[in-house]
Amino acid sequence: MTDPRSDRRRPADARDRHWYIDKFFEILMFLCGISAILFVVGIFLFVFREGLGFILQDMNFSEFFFSPKWRPTSLVRPTYGILAMVAGTAAVTVLAMAICLPVSIGAAIYIAEFAKGRTRETLKILIEFLAAIPSVVWGFIALSIMNPLIIDLFDAPMGLGVLNSALILALMAAPIVTSLAEDAFKAVPDTYREAAEALGATRWQAIRQVVLPAARNGLLSAGLLGVGRAFGETMAILMSSGHSINIPTSIFDSFRALTATIAAELGETAVGSPHYRALFAIGIFLFLITFLINMAADFIVRGVRKG
Amino acid sequence: MFEATSVNHHNDRVQKQVKILFGIMLALLIIPMVVIVATLLIKGSPIVNLSFIFEDPKDGMTAGGIFPALLGTIWLVAVSLLASVPLGVAAAIYLSEYAPDNLLTRLIHLATINLAGVPSIVHALFGVGAFVVFFRFGTSILAASLTLAIMTLPVVIVSSWEALQSVPRSFREACWNMGATRWQTIWHVVLPNAITGILTGVILQVSRAAGETAPIMFTGAAMFLPFLPNSVFDQTMALALHLFVVATQVPNVPESLPFGVALVLVGIVLLMNSVAIWIRLRLRRKKKW
Amino acid sequence: MVDPRIQVRNLSIAYGNRRVLEDVTLDVHANEILGIIGPANSGKTSFLNAINRMDKMRPDMRITGSILINGIDTRAWRNLYALRRRIGVVFPLPVGLPLTVYDNVALAPRLAGTAGSREDLDERVERCLRRAALWDEVKDRLHHLGSLLSGGQQQRLTIARALSQSPEILMLDEFSIAVDPVTTMRIEEALKTLKTEMTIILVTNLVQQAHRLADRTAFFLNGALVEVGVTEPMFHGQTRDPRTSDYIEGKFG
Repeated sequence: MTDPRSDRRRPADARDRHWYIDKFFEILMFLCGISAILFVVGIFLFVFREGLGFILQDMNFSEFFFSPKWRPTSLVRPTYGILAMVAGTAAVTVLAMAICLPVSIGAAIYIAEFAKGRTRETLKILIEFLAAIPSVVWGFIALSIMNPLIIDLFDAPMGLGVLNSALILALMAAPIVTSLAEDAFKAVPDTYREAAEALGATRWQAIRQVVLPAARNGLLSAGLLGVGRAFGETMAILMSSGHSINIPTSIFDSFRALTATIAAELGETAVGSPHYRALFAIGIFLFLITFLINMAADFIVRGVRKG
Repeated sequence: MFEATSVNHHNDRVQKQVKILFGIMLALLIIPMVVIVATLLIKGSPIVNLSFIFEDPKDGMTAGGIFPALLGTIWLVAVSLLASVPLGVAAAIYLSEYAPDNLLTRLIHLATINLAGVPSIVHALFGVGAFVVFFRFGTSILAASLTLAIMTLPVVIVSSWEALQSVPRSFREACWNMGATRWQTIWHVVLPNAITGILTGVILQVSRAAGETAPIMFTGAAMFLPFLPNSVFDQTMALALHLFVVATQVPNVPESLPFGVALVLVGIVLLMNSVAIWIRLRLRRKKKW
Repeated sequence: MVDPRIQVRNLSIAYGNRRVLEDVTLDVHANEILGIIGPANSGKTSFLNAINRMDKMRPDMRITGSILINGIDTRAWRNLYALRRRIGVVFPLPVGLPLTVYDNVALAPRLAGTAGSREDLDERVERCLRRAALWDEVKDRLHHLGSLLSGGQQQRLTIARALSQSPEILMLDEFSIAVDPVTTMRIEEALKTLKTEMTIILVTNLVQQAHRLADRTAFFLNGALVEVGVTEPMFHGQTRDPRTSDYIEGKFG
């Protein structure tokens, strides 16, 4: 029996216009899909390309990592030490996380476990708004609101420094940590809570003994991403740190961050000069650190899902 | 029996205290935001009026309006959207509709996470190294917008992916069984049903791109320009950078001026986010399936 | 003289590591209704998906063995979309695409580029809706959303949609699961008429439905074809395998 629609010149399974259009878009979508990989590799390559000359020619490894002296414009002998900036960045990140993590996780517990219905939605929207405030506005708040406040409250000589930056960073990282922590709590099945409550545990006992341990990896990952966020922040730190090169010894000390150094100096350097390349070398360092943090955070979450 | 009740009383009390404690922590996040917005409103609103929006800066940026910066931000955001929306939606389509569960897909996922996690100043360095220097776009709207586009790409990818995933799988199966090609199914059935969700992501991206400063500082935004941009190869002023400049770089600025700029910037950003949230809530309420 | 429209040879299907159908060999003749019965999870739906070569759309689905349609091995088909256009499918639960009644039926011809003129398409939509016994109920609201119809009407709409490309083969997967008895009867009547024009594979969870409609019946159990034969004798105890008569008599299910 022959197929009524078959045509001698055109076999039934011939590839038609639709087939070719489909193939074309499949390839196009694939290329767009892998673009994210190309961009990450591209970022690395281009930043590396500009920074490599510095690493090969001008950089003294021990000076770069262990000297606190960043004097790229010195006419006598320029030095490129990032120790003070690493110390400043580290100090402010640690302090910011010490403030941000407990508060964010507490807030996440409230939203995930206690708040209900409309209240919960409203709270989440407010947290979303907090996340939307741009970095440069946070920097402006640090200058115009926090600075005088810190001077008044603590009788400090200056309000810009570790404390100011840490408070701003804590508020900036809080929304992302809160929403990731909330996700981690939501990922814990309700049956766990019900089982605990069936044994007579209160909500809080259920949270402390069942939900928190089960969400541990999710929380760790949220914390890591918060660290990555704080570590890579630029404008807000530039404006809130005081920007003096100095290993901070108190929370009121001014300091300078790696990111802020690039932001403040890149505009004043000649393309291709050692100073310009040194800033890109800092960029490589920042890229690698945040890359590792993001990978670790993802790995921790994935590890749980597989188990 | 009696002992059990007293334990229960104790537990209930702890429960209440704990709930209050966490409520306070939440308040520690929300109160500062309310205070910030209120302060910006109180100190900035007296200066924000039509002439502030539509006038050029005057007297070495210590007076006048913000028009060139506002217009520049619109330029930057618009050009960056032209690049990132098609690319991001297409990438999301690949991940949602085509990608098999293999190593490459995992790498795309990791790359998206990293793209979102790389510090904005590193994106700026990339923009300088790639677009300004290597591709010879110079410091221009084009270079700055492309930098912004790559930086905000993960926002579109993730939100579009979520929107595509929310379209029931049965729609796709029904179409495939009719002999529709994968692309026809995507174009005629999946995308029309995901478009509102994708739009939400695009609006959030606008909000994000409008507020970024570091990536545009060295790639195309200028502190002050006496003229408006005519093409994507011109430099431009930008609202976010303008706030940085009037807050830190210009002497003798009246206090209200930076507050006004910050108010406009935050106003735009929060308005965008509100619109996105409104669409999302509406969408959730009236799902067609 | 039998005309084997579909020839299935040593077909096995797996999703990932889970094997759902093992070594099925079976013919479907032109212009017959082949009933497929069997308990849940015995591989019936997967069998239909294999004929439609859905393994190409699902990364985890694997097929071994061969399926010949009109004597051509589907593995050698260069354009599987053209193959699927010749096969209409109806699912257990109606999938109302968020389109109007008219557009639901017109979608497939439009996508395939065979819609023709407006009049041709109008005529085709009407014909399909009539054959699915739905025309009288929806002719006044062709441009309302299909999802606003009742469950039974929606299922007939999906049948009209499956007919919209004049398929040679119509596959129905437990179509009456979410449909009232009256609608079920109307659809069954429609199928009896349709088989003069096409080959129908009817997967059903209702043994009596196979009895009423099928010319031949295949019994699937735990991923294997137990037997296939002419329906009438089978339902009168003439089975090769005792499990078949046990199932038909409702001793397990």
